[in-house]
Amino acid sequence: MSIWADENTKVVVQGLTGGQGRFHGLRNRDYGTKVLAGVTPGKGGQDVDGIPVFNTVKEAVEQTGVNASFVSVPPQAAPGAILEAAEAGIELIVCITEHIPMHDQARVFNALKNNYPNCRLIGPNCPGIISPGKCNIGITAGSIATPGGPVGIVSRSGTLTYQAIYELTQMGIGQTTCVGIGGDPVPGTVFTDVLEAFEKDDETKAILMIGEIGGSAEEEAAELIKESISKPVVAYIAGVTAPEGRKMGHAGAIISGSKGTAAAKKAALEKAGALVAQNPTQAGQLMNDVVKSLGF
Amino acid sequence: MDLLEYQGKSYFARFGIPVSKGAVANSSDEAVEVAQTLGLPVVIKAQVKVGGRGKAGGVKLANDLEEVKSKADEILGLNIKGHVVNTLWIEKASEIKEEYYLSFTLDRSKRQHVMMLSAQGGVDIEEVAATNPEAIKKMYVDPFKGIDEAELSEIIKTSGLNPVAYTQVKEVIMKLYECFVKGDAELAEINPLILTTQDKIHALDAKVTLDDDARFRHPEWEEFGQSDEGDQRDKLARSKGLNYVGLDGFVGVIANGAGLAMSTCDVVNQVGGAPANFLDIGGGANAQVMANALEVINTDPNVRSILINIFGGIVRCDEVAKGILQALTEVKLVSPIVIRLDGTNAELARQILKDHISDTLIQETTMMSAAKKAVEIAQMKGSK
Repeated sequence: MSIWADENTKVVVQGLTGGQGRFHGLRNRDYGTKVLAGVTPGKGGQDVDGIPVFNTVKEAVEQTGVNASFVSVPPQAAPGAILEAAEAGIELIVCITEHIPMHDQARVFNALKNNYPNCRLIGPNCPGIISPGKCNIGITAGSIATPGGPVGIVSRSGTLTYQAIYELTQMGIGQTTCVGIGGDPVPGTVFTDVLEAFEKDDETKAILMIGEIGGSAEEEAAELIKESISKPVVAYIAGVTAPEGRKMGHAGAIISGSKGTAAAKKAALEKAGALVAQNPTQAGQLMNDVVKSLGF
Repeated sequence: MDLLEYQGKSYFARFGIPVSKGAVANSSDEAVEVAQTLGLPVVIKAQVKVGGRGKAGGVKLANDLEEVKSKADEILGLNIKGHVVNTLWIEKASEIKEEYYLSFTLDRSKRQHVMMLSAQGGVDIEEVAATNPEAIKKMYVDPFKGIDEAELSEIIKTSGLNPVAYTQVKEVIMKLYECFVKGDAELAEINPLILTTQDKIHALDAKVTLDDDARFRHPEWEEFGQSDEGDQRDKLARSKGLNYVGLDGFVGVIANGAGLAMSTCDVVNQVGGAPANFLDIGGGANAQVMANALEVINTDPNVRSILINIFGGIVRCDEVAKGILQALTEVKLVSPIVIRLDGTNAELARQILKDHISDTLIQETTMMSAAKKAVEIAQMKGSK
């Protein structure tokens, strides 16, 4: 098993005719992902290396039966693209676009929550989701991943997601699904969503979680781990040596009630029973020990 | 981007939020001129992007023109937590009856907007939050739906404000919300929001952080200029559009993605080195971006080795490799480079670099070994 994306996932790439959309869309297809359609307004009727392009997501859904979208469009167009996909009935939207204004992110996330509660948005500004051997939506280099599980990966940072996958692959440890949730102010999917999904996934036996400084998402994940995650969790928090950010106002600090430091996050996760590594390589080693102790 | 108080007030004024009359002065003579126009008494306020300026002597009341001159001279040049005062804001002194606190920001964990309102303004609000959290009323706002005015009216009534202020405070809250959302602010904070002895509400301070990602739809932000924080290295990096933070160590770090860049700094530290900087070349990095990054690092005299750690996703390693070669022809690099490349098009990149590998361009296969090598080189250079 895997979570959210598998061999039955059929993908439309919004922005397939753009440079990034074409490169990564075709790469996802080469990986074996069912990339069945592209959408670029005004370019309906064209094709990109045999993949038909439609003017709207609705047409793509009607004609090809796609159920997931890979959004690779500029930040000005991304909010509209995400909402268009949701309105067309797409249930999984992966948005890699970076630099979407904070208020646009907040509006889009809450619009989905209010009007399309069954639609899952991953991102924005994230590497996407890969269930090795089955489906790769986004910009992760598929060649670094290893199919078959037993480890599920979730990470706030794009490149650290790759690093984590790579460390496990180097040790011969496979992955069920790797989700890069992105580190933007309003992510569609957060640590706790992914942890819950991994907990329910039979094939996932252990979870590797990569966090970073700032905010309180890791502390919330720690709460959940303590309450309701029975599978072993190995974690790494990037930014131990980062200097304290320059913050002018106080509202942020009051709201989160957390300093957001690596030390605070590490302590919260350790208290919740997670094994916390000092760097990605050590995280791989700790996971290797965990997986061995589980009999893999 | 953080705005100075006077910039924040001019931004507030665009949205109809009442602020004190005043003007900017860059010398004590200018301060006197401003005070003459405004009428006395005036308040002279240091314009720095850091909190706690009142306690540091950066805000003073002046009752006559002589005082204006002498107090302006005292404040100009003052060093407040590393920020030197070059600009003053002179405004007509207000007769304060009560001081409140009001702000809008994003609650990242709830993924909603949050308003905070308190009758205990004018002081360190974090202190109030810690010792008397009940004194701060919060209202969450669904960014899709906007403010529920009935709910807002209820919250104002229970927040301990003077009843004569209710209507005006509600108006200011609605305007501040517009400033926050339409104005693309990450933070809009008024502390204190005052009730004058004439029972008028207005903003006596302004803390506004604008969302740089929304710059494309705000040509009016031109007047605020670009962010001028940080040292020379930070400014050069910013002028080249790089995400850079100067640190105190001796290993220059270039990575793609904020997480990997932070992690690379961590690892440099763990193997006994110290990073000279954090530099994330971002998702759209091409050869030119890499060349710019190397140029910035090259100007840092503390750097003794450069560690490039790239895990290609959207960034293609071959582009990175081309950028390094481009930089080598354009800039005379002072320090050796240790490079580790993996991910998208990594094999292609290794082939591009193959013929250029030398004592000053070293390739390593893992993040740990690359960090160790970079630190080793830096330490050898340091001991010479």
